[in-house]
Amino acid sequence: MTKLLQWLLGVSLVLTAWALVSFDLLELSLPPAYREMAWPMPLYLLVSFGCYSLATVGYRVATFNDCVDAAKELQVQIKEAKADLRKKGLKM
Amino acid sequence: MRVREDKYSVLLPTYNERENLPLIVWLLVKYFNESGYNYEIIIIDDGSPDGTLEVAEQLQKIYGSNKILLRPREKKLGLGTAYIHGMKHASGNFVIIMDADLSHHPKFIPEFIEKQKEGDYDLVSGTRYRGNGGVYGWDLRRKLISRGANFLSQVLLRPGASDLTGSFRLYKKHVLESLVERCVSKGYVFQMEMIVRARQLNYTVGEVPISFVDRVYGESKLGGNEIVSFVKGLLTLFATT
Repeated sequence: MTKLLQWLLGVSLVLTAWALVSFDLLELSLPPAYREMAWPMPLYLLVSFGCYSLATVGYRVATFNDCVDAAKELQVQIKEAKADLRKKGLKM
Repeated sequence: MRVREDKYSVLLPTYNERENLPLIVWLLVKYFNESGYNYEIIIIDDGSPDGTLEVAEQLQKIYGSNKILLRPREKKLGLGTAYIHGMKHASGNFVIIMDADLSHHPKFIPEFIEKQKEGDYDLVSGTRYRGNGGVYGWDLRRKLISRGANFLSQVLLRPGASDLTGSFRLYKKHVLESLVERCVSKGYVFQMEMIVRARQLNYTVGEVPISFVDRVYGESKLGGNEIVSFVKGLLTLFATT
């Protein structure tokens, strides 16, 4: 099953459950509290996911490692390499 | 009893890397010699107009043609075919792919090798996003795009690897061969597809944090076009894998 199909399946299941509860499709006569809570759920979930995404990406950007030492080390090694290669006969 | 020793073939696709090629080869030789692993370096030059092949030939004279192999091509033909072409005469049982512009540092290769041995992983991927992995030379915009794109890929593809677009990896040779055959994407998406298909085929993936030193960022801009084609490629993978 492709990821797309997995998503569609998951979303269908959630929406079916939501519709069943919100619109009392099985005529289970659930207490009104359940229906009131279920009704705005899809919107809540979307908004929560949106906030989670922003927070996660923001955090990851803020903590993205800056490899200053690696860059310095590379510069030193480049000099070393050039000198050694010249000795070995490389024409650059 | 004859024990078959592990040998590591490093594939270096090059295009206009006349300046960087000697440096990356020097670093590879240094770290392989220090760690004692058996290796060869396969340079796949796509008809570089700046004389990269000529420099490669000089390096071959210096280091020996059993260590430096040249598999040039006439023109720029893409990464997937470069790997296939390079692997044809690779005598190693492991293949390492990396960039030739010094953004990937050979000092991580012994770490890749040890990680691979640790779990007998089918592939080991260098990650910029975990542990003390990271980047140098990226501004805020670049970091934002990178993390944003990676987040989107994680949500859509749930790949079980933290760095999908990275191209610093160690593969068992037969694993790389079977994956390259199956992958059809280009550019960044190609590297993503490799990992996604690897997971599909139940290959095991290990990770090693790496530092990515971008010295050429100023010249290669990550523009709207690249972003659009990335999203297109990602959605294609989402719908087809």
